[in-house]
Amino acid sequence: MRWRLVIPVVVVLMLIVLLGYGLTRRPDVLPSALIDKPAPQFDLPTLASDRERIRTADLKGKVTLVNVWASWCVACRAEHALITEISRRTGVPVVGLNYKDTKEGALRWLGRYGNPFAVVAFDRSGEVGIDWGVAAVPETFVVDRQGTIRYKVVGAITRDEMNDTLVPTLERLKASGS
Amino acid sequence: MRWLIVLLLAIGWATGASAVDLEGEALARYHELNAELRCLICQNRSIAESDAPLAQDLRAVVAGQIAAGRSDAEIKQYLVDRYGEWVLYDPPLNANTIILWAGPFVLLALGLLVVFVIMRRRRDSADTAPAVDRERLSRLLDAEAQRGAADDDDSSREHS
Amino acid sequence: MIPEIGHFALILALGLATIQTVVPLYGFARSRTDCLAVAAPAAIGQFAMLGIAFAALAFAFYGNDFSVAYVAANSNTHLPWFYRIAAVWGAHEGSLLLWMTLLSCWSLAVAAASRTLPREVASCVLAVMGAVSVGFLLFTLFTSNPFTRQFPPPAEGRDLNPLLQDPGLVIHPPMLYMGYVGFCVAFAFAITALLTGRVDSAWTRWTRPWTTAAWVFLTIGVTLGSWWAYNELGWGGWWFWDPVENASFMPWLVGTALIHSLAVTEKRGIFKSWTVLLAISAFALSLLGTFLVRSGVLISVHAFATDPARGVYILAFFAIVIGGSLLLYAIRAPQFEAGTEPVAALSREGLLLLNNIFLVVAAAGVLLGTLYPILADSLGMGRISVGPPYFNKVFIPLTAPLVLLMGAAAVMAWKRTRAEVLRSRLWVPLLIAIGLGVAMPLLTVGAGALAAIAGCVLGCWAIATALEDVVRRCRGRRIMLPRNVLGMALAHVGVGVFVIGISLVSGFGGEHDVRLAPGESASMAGYDFTFLGTRHVEGPNFVAEVGDFVVRKDGEQIAELYPSKRRYNASGQTMTESGIDVGFWRDLYVSLGEPLSGDAWSVRIYHRPFIRWIWGGAFLSAFGGLLALSDKRYRRRARAGKAVASDRPRKTAYA
Repeated sequence: MRWRLVIPVVVVLMLIVLLGYGLTRRPDVLPSALIDKPAPQFDLPTLASDRERIRTADLKGKVTLVNVWASWCVACRAEHALITEISRRTGVPVVGLNYKDTKEGALRWLGRYGNPFAVVAFDRSGEVGIDWGVAAVPETFVVDRQGTIRYKVVGAITRDEMNDTLVPTLERLKASGS
Repeated sequence: MRWLIVLLLAIGWATGASAVDLEGEALARYHELNAELRCLICQNRSIAESDAPLAQDLRAVVAGQIAAGRSDAEIKQYLVDRYGEWVLYDPPLNANTIILWAGPFVLLALGLLVVFVIMRRRRDSADTAPAVDRERLSRLLDAEAQRGAADDDDSSREHS
Repeated sequence: MIPEIGHFALILALGLATIQTVVPLYGFARSRTDCLAVAAPAAIGQFAMLGIAFAALAFAFYGNDFSVAYVAANSNTHLPWFYRIAAVWGAHEGSLLLWMTLLSCWSLAVAAASRTLPREVASCVLAVMGAVSVGFLLFTLFTSNPFTRQFPPPAEGRDLNPLLQDPGLVIHPPMLYMGYVGFCVAFAFAITALLTGRVDSAWTRWTRPWTTAAWVFLTIGVTLGSWWAYNELGWGGWWFWDPVENASFMPWLVGTALIHSLAVTEKRGIFKSWTVLLAISAFALSLLGTFLVRSGVLISVHAFATDPARGVYILAFFAIVIGGSLLLYAIRAPQFEAGTEPVAALSREGLLLLNNIFLVVAAAGVLLGTLYPILADSLGMGRISVGPPYFNKVFIPLTAPLVLLMGAAAVMAWKRTRAEVLRSRLWVPLLIAIGLGVAMPLLTVGAGALAAIAGCVLGCWAIATALEDVVRRCRGRRIMLPRNVLGMALAHVGVGVFVIGISLVSGFGGEHDVRLAPGESASMAGYDFTFLGTRHVEGPNFVAEVGDFVVRKDGEQIAELYPSKRRYNASGQTMTESGIDVGFWRDLYVSLGEPLSGDAWSVRIYHRPFIRWIWGGAFLSAFGGLLALSDKRYRRRARAGKAVASDRPRKTAYA
């Protein structure tokens, strides 16, 4: 056996290992580029009133959950009950970021299904969404006391995700005091 | 490549109401950048090739930043900061992508080296008598087989 | 009842495929002719069974039998009948059935041709093909049975993926799969060579026509895919470097290398182990392509239903078949390594060796780029994308020298060519290439894009050298040249035409997004496109907004275009149908974007000079392959090959 004739089989074995690894990952789920980075700057009117504003600075000092949603988003409806539940269980305020929506539509949606949000920022144009790296709604960010993004859920939150990662993460951040 | 696209646009010029408020080189840059940026929510398409709302927004971001005088690198960095390197279809050369960019050319160099060795070695070995009987035997067999091949080839080609 | 017959036929096919594999291999090991003789009848039986299964599924589609889950998921009663038939291969399960049916067609062809081969060789080849068939039949029966029933049957089916409702897609998958699967024959010949220890000119003569045939199908398949993407995706592009496209392109590149190395092995008796390795690799890449498309490890614009569980099976199968073959190769190939024949730099085999290096490195580059996102992820480098800009930058420098070499190789003789012969023969084509290559863009699309003009010169060089060879060979002869020589020349002319097309369309093509209200017009490259408005049209299974455009040049109307946006009733998906004015020198291409305020639309207008040359060149190449295939030397030599076991074939003059 000559060593160079063994090269092909070695290459193919490496290829198989690589492809096997490839099968274990979800190519369509992307980690956020913003993890462990400060929450992006924003200054938006609230949904409730044009005169009130909410800014990045308002996120500091407490652990918050930032939920990007829209009334036209079907998956947001699906996670609505879980958002409410997380807020109730952990006591963490949920800041809504209403993304590319109409004021009437968003208010009607909240009226119909209930309002889990402490405050809702109204991002009509979607510019703040781009700053937050939002690709599709819903997306949910965990922001710690320093205003740093610590965790992100892409797509609708599932019950398993809530119990296994989201709630523990929030509890840990609350307890750590940092 | 940019000069090339500028030139081709200069030839195939369009005068209708453009969807973006850019002209000349800025418009060329706009098209080029769009083709290099990935639409994050599409199945493998650039933002130039998508009607998805996010792609439209990102095209608007690109157009806005070009109009504001930002460079291509700055615009790309702006999007990488928000969406990660995933957004770039043209991965920048860095430690993570050195295998990607150098790999094919290293492989080509190796291949050409092998060709060089084969062309040298085979000529050398043809000049010296093979030491091993088995090798000589197979060479004779090969040579015989090739005579047939070479013969019928000669019948089809005239070597001038 | 009919679906059960189909299901049962699949099970019988599995049994026959097992017999086709096991019995001949036993006969091979024990030198028992009676066992070897089982291979051909088993292959014929397997073909019959798969034919029945395929017909059963097609019938279920034709008759709208929605109790079959696969039919209900991929068809409905409003679908025109030809799309209902094409829906057989519209999704995973049926694609596999098509794959296996075509494999059994190839097996049948080998069985039919087997009287011209030594029994040992024919049986061994069929046994290897049977083994591949067993793997796919098991896969189908256990994970992806197309005949699974559902109760109660829905009253109406869902829909065939609207992307696939296009004439190009009706024939594209069968052609592509014929190519993929066809490389299984070359693969089986390679395994046979490793088992029997024989790679001689008889072996190459048997292997060559099968390889060429598979290559012709694959060429047509890839070309149709490109043509479809151009018509259907609405972006005026003809190649997107999408993982699924790359999956079909890699076996093509290696298959092309294989065709050329087979020629060297036949004529000169060298590169034997390399040729065997290429034959294994071409099929390995076909299987890899199947894996990439079906497993969902990569994101593709061609949204096929994917399932990682199926990926595990295909990967395991790939590991066994290809890993096993390469292990066999590592053990048995040293016996082919005895050649010490000199290879001169200035000889046809010298240039073909370079051709192989460039083609294989190009294929490796495509593979690296396609899989690099997984590699980067696995090494913890985060998520990156590798897209068209990468492939264009890497692929062009790897293939441009190939075209240059191709021209030179056309006039090279085997063994050694004197430099002065080359000089005397190449200066005329060179002058023609430069003259024509510069003049053509100047006269049609203009000057400016230097890289495109260089590409055009390169293409003309390929054509001029191929023709020079034909003219020189014809001179002073009264008879026709042999078809394999003409076929080669035609294939190389096709490459030249293809290169000209690519160069000029990428160098001189133009695109523009415009906002047009009814009555407004936009102009591009001297053409005025006037938007008249849109109207509502109802199709058999969709509703469409059709835009009316009039194209004028110098005030004179030259075309009417009707791009449309279709919305398919069953799935609610929208599709863009572009309006294209096809021309030899240019296409004018309009597609509708989104409706804007009022009656205005965002409209994309493309000017695509010479784009037809891309597909035209590819089809010319495929036709060249067909022409070579029809050469009588393959049939005559095959008969001679029968007596070859002990005797070297006599030379056969072309005349």
